Amino acid sequence: MKIDRRSFLALGVGVVAGNALSPVPAILTDDIAIWTQNWPWVPVPEIGGSAYADTTCQLCPGGCGISVRKVEERGVKIEGKKDHPVNNGGICALGLSGLQLLYGPTRVKTPLKRAGKRGEGKWIKISWDQAISEVAGKLNDLRSQEKAHTVAGISGSSSGTMTEIFRRFLTAYGSANFFHTPSIQDTYRLVFEFMHGKKADPGFDIENADFILSFGSSLLEGWGPPVRMLKASKKWKDTATKIIQIEPRLSRTALKAERWIPVTPGTEAVLALSLCHVIIKEGLYNKDFLANSTFGFEDYKAKNGEIKKGFKQLVMDDYSPEAASKITGLDPAAIILLAREFAKASAPLAIFGKGQGILPGSLSEAMAIHALNALCGSINRKGGIFALDVLENKELSEVALDGIAEAGLKQHKLVETPHNSSGCLNQAFSAILKGNSVNALLVLEANPLYTLSDSKSVKDAFDRIPFIASFSSFMDETAQYADMILPNHIYLERIEDVPLSMGFPKTVIGLSKPVFKPQYSTKHAGDTILLISKELGGSIADSFPWKNYEACLQHVLSDKMDVLKKKGFWTATDSFPDFKNAFRTASAKFEFQTDSLSSDLVNVKIEGDETYPLVLIPYETIRLSTGYIANPPFLTKAVEDTILKGKDSFIEINPKTAQASGFSEADMVLLQTPKGQARVRVHLEEGIMPGIIALPRGLGHTAYDNYIADKGINVNQLIGPVNDPVSGLDTAWGIRAKLSKA
Amino acid sequence: MSKSDDKAQTVSEKAVEVSSSTRQSSSSDEGSGGIVVLFFFIGLAISLIFGWMIFPKLLYSQKKQPINFSHSLHNKLVSNGCESCHFFRDDGSYSGVPKLAQCVGCHEEVQGDSPDEIEFVEKYVQKGIEVPWLVYARQPDCVFFSHAAHVKTAKLDCKTCHGYIGESESLKTYYQNRITGYSRDIWGENIAGIKKNTWDRMKMDDCAECHQKLKTSFGSVQTQKEGCFVCHK
Repeated sequence: MKIDRRSFLALGVGVVAGNALSPVPAILTDDIAIWTQNWPWVPVPEIGGSAYADTTCQLCPGGCGISVRKVEERGVKIEGKKDHPVNNGGICALGLSGLQLLYGPTRVKTPLKRAGKRGEGKWIKISWDQAISEVAGKLNDLRSQEKAHTVAGISGSSSGTMTEIFRRFLTAYGSANFFHTPSIQDTYRLVFEFMHGKKADPGFDIENADFILSFGSSLLEGWGPPVRMLKASKKWKDTATKIIQIEPRLSRTALKAERWIPVTPGTEAVLALSLCHVIIKEGLYNKDFLANSTFGFEDYKAKNGEIKKGFKQLVMDDYSPEAASKITGLDPAAIILLAREFAKASAPLAIFGKGQGILPGSLSEAMAIHALNALCGSINRKGGIFALDVLENKELSEVALDGIAEAGLKQHKLVETPHNSSGCLNQAFSAILKGNSVNALLVLEANPLYTLSDSKSVKDAFDRIPFIASFSSFMDETAQYADMILPNHIYLERIEDVPLSMGFPKTVIGLSKPVFKPQYSTKHAGDTILLISKELGGSIADSFPWKNYEACLQHVLSDKMDVLKKKGFWTATDSFPDFKNAFRTASAKFEFQTDSLSSDLVNVKIEGDETYPLVLIPYETIRLSTGYIANPPFLTKAVEDTILKGKDSFIEINPKTAQASGFSEADMVLLQTPKGQARVRVHLEEGIMPGIIALPRGLGHTAYDNYIADKGINVNQLIGPVNDPVSGLDTAWGIRAKLSKA
Repeated sequence: MSKSDDKAQTVSEKAVEVSSSTRQSSSSDEGSGGIVVLFFFIGLAISLIFGWMIFPKLLYSQKKQPINFSHSLHNKLVSNGCESCHFFRDDGSYSGVPKLAQCVGCHEEVQGDSPDEIEFVEKYVQKGIEVPWLVYARQPDCVFFSHAAHVKTAKLDCKTCHGYIGESESLKTYYQNRITGYSRDIWGENIAGIKKNTWDRMKMDDCAECHQKLKTSFGSVQTQKEGCFVCHK
């Protein structure tokens, strides 16, 4: 007997045979299959009951009602809230992506104090007590040096209790330098102040208008509450509503419109006044309304006895279709035809504002377009534009002021304009660059480093501010460049009132309710401000007698709070406002403000000279969030390859213009403007006027996280602000530019 | 002569050598066939012992439930059978293993003097911590299973899938598959996969067995057969 090689072979064969007869192969195969289908690292919501929690979306000024589907404590989907006056069950792609903002890595998880250089991204985690006492300490020092007026505040919104508290805090502290991120709402408020004599917001009765003349408003691409607009657009076919889109580029709105009228950008006001010319000349205006409810149509005697040219004469003198044709680039016959169609429609409506209404725009242009509405009587009428009174909430008690505060408030403000200047944010930063000192800046839910034009100058101005504190929930560009971050809860975690839906024809207040427990060590910015004021003590603490923000909100909205808590929203009234008390001007009528419509005002010039042969215009799409809220990755996925591919932004350019310079599709080119330069790719597009190039807003973030940052170019860094001569607000609709081979 | 011819010749020479050597060895080592067979059976035995006895022990780790629980005791006290605790929610979804909130109704304070009961109240109820129960019947995440469809619509008895757990005095040891992380009850107690009762295992074939027999829900409109998407959404 000898054990040899064959014995071992036999042993092996035996093992293999035995293995085949054992359950090992079958079970292992099965288990590995199960394992591969349930990767342990793929997140799965915990198992449990699902429930819906309602709140109000705050990702854009639309103010839609939302229902968040939760499985136990995990949010799994955001849906539109049924029976909500604004969106009735619908939701847009941005609203749908909100959970990525809640759970994404861009959140600021605890109070942070800068450790390295500014913007370097080195932070030390600090406790809330330390953060509040440090900010209060800093502010106290400035106060004791009688520098209270050198503290400035920026809020992302111009309305709401939160903004009110912030403004109140600065006032009690002794600074009048409160600003908010400007928008078209600021311009419209001035239009109503001048022409209606009252504080009002615009409400467009889109659903009942039958001829909508949009002066560049991206009605179907994120203008107003996007869901409302898309719902309305479905009805337009049945009601035979005509949409005429006036803008230099064939946007999605223009594509779906009855007619696209490309005009030379910046000359929209001239076109509007020329339409008025034709309507007056042919006697197509609403004679009843003009005779009974307007002032300044005919020549009139001013207070000083001087005879002033009325609207009629001004328009007849300066804005004939032939004259307008030379400026706008449109055929006079086309202007006449459009004017007739507009005036003869039963419910015509003209809408001012380019894109989604992110920029305030030219006041003269807004007034020219509003005058066009007035001419056809489309004011406070079904299918027209409503001046919705700005809600007067229960006043907070008088702000208590001590000696330092009173002295501070008397000091020179950063921006002095005859009107409310809090929207003139660009001017505030240029004032800082001119040498006005700001020793501390507090930023609430705003991202001026990204959203303001001429980002580089804003950054330079930031460098001159010794202390910047941000209340941001996200590591946005401004927060990243701050010295301290006191993170707010995000909209799904906090209680807050959400007033007004932009352009909605009813006054609506939504209530944002905490749907989730705070995910991290964040604090409601309202509570943070209350705590800082308590720490500062004295009259500042006296101005905030509430135990927390919620108590303050309850106080302000006392009469509406029950309805808000029950229904989630509050609407002013079901009937539209009428002519009773509609105008609170000196004449108690609608006033044509001819002073604001002179030819030197209506044409908005942009920056740059003839060395820049092209004109760069920014545009907005529903697939890119442009403001303080950065584009969540879900939404970026939906952006077309002709806008963003990999990390490259594309400019839209007419093939003729491109051909003249020898560029073809997808070429990398160097885009230069007086404000900066960027490497972009070329996308040939027939639907843009020759000589004009377009870049989308909402790309090119440098902060946040790896999923949001470094995608495309931020168009704001290429454009400089152009201040409106009357309002002081930013009116820049573009900038001159040139392209060269990169 | 070409190279391939060379090779062919060499190979055939080798073949001759091999066959002659085999002849020589077989004539000289008689009886070594027995040892080969022996070794074969030793190998076979090793594999079979490993596969049937050692492997199952290696594959599953044994876990004790956080606290002991008597279904039988509770079943006697409730009026609505299993559904008293394992109920359907208002939206029709199935609640599964009860949450602490359901237990608190009776167990806010210690009932009786069993050490498990004391532990339960002190460790979980008073601190408001959910009991991390190990769920024997949980299907992998890639499986969609609706209790409502089976219990409410098809009127299946709980026992059909879960056996007599409602009469058990204590909770059995939870065997967790080390590869998949799921309970052994899915594959079944019997490692060969043999079952005597409908509740002995709950693999795809076991679901399909009933679905094919009853032909109640066709997943595929085209083929009028069960479709993958009935369970794998």
